[in-house]
Amino acid sequence: MKKSTDYIKYDDELFQVALLKNDEIAPGVYVLSLPRLHDFKAGQVVKIGLPEGEPPRMYSICSGEKEDELKILFNVKGGGWLTPRLAKLQPGAPILISEPMGDFTGNDEPAWWVASGTGIAPFYSMFKSGLGKNKTVVHGGRYLQNFYFEDEFLPELNERYIRCCSQEKGGDVYHGRLTHFLDDQDNLPKDEKFYLCGSPEMVVETRDLLIRKGIPYGNIIAEIYF
Amino acid sequence: MEKERLFGKTLDELKAVAAQVGLPKFAAKQMADWLYKKDIRSIDEMTNLSVKGREALKEYYEFGLTEPTKVQASIDGTKKYLFPTDHAKFIETAMIPDDDRKTVCVSSQVGCKMGCLFCMTGKQGFQGHLTAGEIVNQIRSIEENGEVSNIVYMGMGEPFDNLDNVLKSIEILTDDWGYAMSPKRITVSTIGIIPGMKKFLETSNAHLAVSLHSPFDEERKQLMPIQTAYPVQKVLDEIKSWEFGRQRRVSFEYIMFGGLNDTPAHAKELARILNGIKCRINLIRFHPIPDTPLKSSNEETLQSFKDLLNSKGILTTIRASRGQDIYAACGLLSTKALVKKEEEPDY
Repeated sequence: MKKSTDYIKYDDELFQVALLKNDEIAPGVYVLSLPRLHDFKAGQVVKIGLPEGEPPRMYSICSGEKEDELKILFNVKGGGWLTPRLAKLQPGAPILISEPMGDFTGNDEPAWWVASGTGIAPFYSMFKSGLGKNKTVVHGGRYLQNFYFEDEFLPELNERYIRCCSQEKGGDVYHGRLTHFLDDQDNLPKDEKFYLCGSPEMVVETRDLLIRKGIPYGNIIAEIYF
Repeated sequence: MEKERLFGKTLDELKAVAAQVGLPKFAAKQMADWLYKKDIRSIDEMTNLSVKGREALKEYYEFGLTEPTKVQASIDGTKKYLFPTDHAKFIETAMIPDDDRKTVCVSSQVGCKMGCLFCMTGKQGFQGHLTAGEIVNQIRSIEENGEVSNIVYMGMGEPFDNLDNVLKSIEILTDDWGYAMSPKRITVSTIGIIPGMKKFLETSNAHLAVSLHSPFDEERKQLMPIQTAYPVQKVLDEIKSWEFGRQRRVSFEYIMFGGLNDTPAHAKELARILNGIKCRINLIRFHPIPDTPLKSSNEETLQSFKDLLNSKGILTTIRASRGQDIYAACGLLSTKALVKKEEEPDY
């Protein structure tokens, strides 16, 4: 736990901190940087909220375990209460954060990380924490601008970093949904874990597909946005 | 202009409506009587409101009931209703008769976000939250309206992911100005969303049911992705901080998967983790769904699992499968075939 000048205890579970940075990294997609109050395991989530606002919501941590700042990746949800307000926050603004929680954590065994959209956040955290060496990353998005951390994934993972773009064509990017890409693979490893993170639709469709392709369901671990 | 529905509004909201259209304050209670205690279907039939007042109401509001578009009947008497919701989506509701009881199993969302491996609703993804009116309409607009003895929030969706509307619907069902049902006739089932569960327990006296399905973390994680966010031990810790008994019950739902979660070791671990909670366990037969790697436990295993739990002091029953022939049984509700994709998925 950081020194108490970095935060104010807001209630039983939330701490109030001052926002350090708010970067729009793609249209409608932001990275919030906050002081890191607690140690965490890559892949864990925190609750994020605003003082006097609606109940906080869970977000995956999107930074490495050893980084000084804790980062959160989010996109603005039309009609949502929280994300339009988060998008407008300026550095210094008060923001609420919980202790890290959750069990969607990785290890150093070979595995596949499959994400759609901002579901890449927990895998980026694992990657920045040194767990990316023997991983295959499959990231799906509608547009080429949705591969938020490609500049970091690509040099390190090379052909084990697969971008699947359903609406645009470009360079080495697979044109089509990530489910089509996975369906095209003949030799998916049956003894490796598949970690899925993204929308419920992506998770259930991908999980069904992997099971059909012979992956034991015990090797499929999913985290769903809700 | 799309008119707002009166059906599904709480007394406080009806007071605001009355003020908006220039009706006296007491008209809110009169409207609640017409909406929830009498069998009418239009604002014109609210005859103790002034004609002028009714006209003013109709300018902005409609009564707001929705008829089912399809009803299927099972050989065991169970019925499944299909209701359209706002924005051209559909939900299903099951009505389960049992001697002198008629239990309605209501949906709280169109689809579900939770992605449980064994559930048909989860396979359609999530298309939207139901309003309180759309939840209560599933009781009001079925043929058995007026004969319903029990309500279970065990249809499509995770109730605590749509907490405000679920709590509002319970308020309408249980308050004196609404249906005035006893909360003891209502059970809300969750997979264990702790903040929602906590607020529900603080604000309602209805019964709680928790989907457990495995006492072991890693195994439960494979069946239910929610386990990564809200581990079952934390769910149980929260439950242990509340009083349960005759007034408000907690039960645990346990679907029996052959060769997976139906061993004596599972029963023993269940008894261990539930120690200290006055509860009941409902064992549920698994109804296979497409593409599932899971299978049902056999009857002998179900019985011995039940006997073992009972011998450990936990009241355990096996829930009868109802409406399986019309896909109305536990875990089978789905309107996936009627889902219209509104936008290209993000994957």
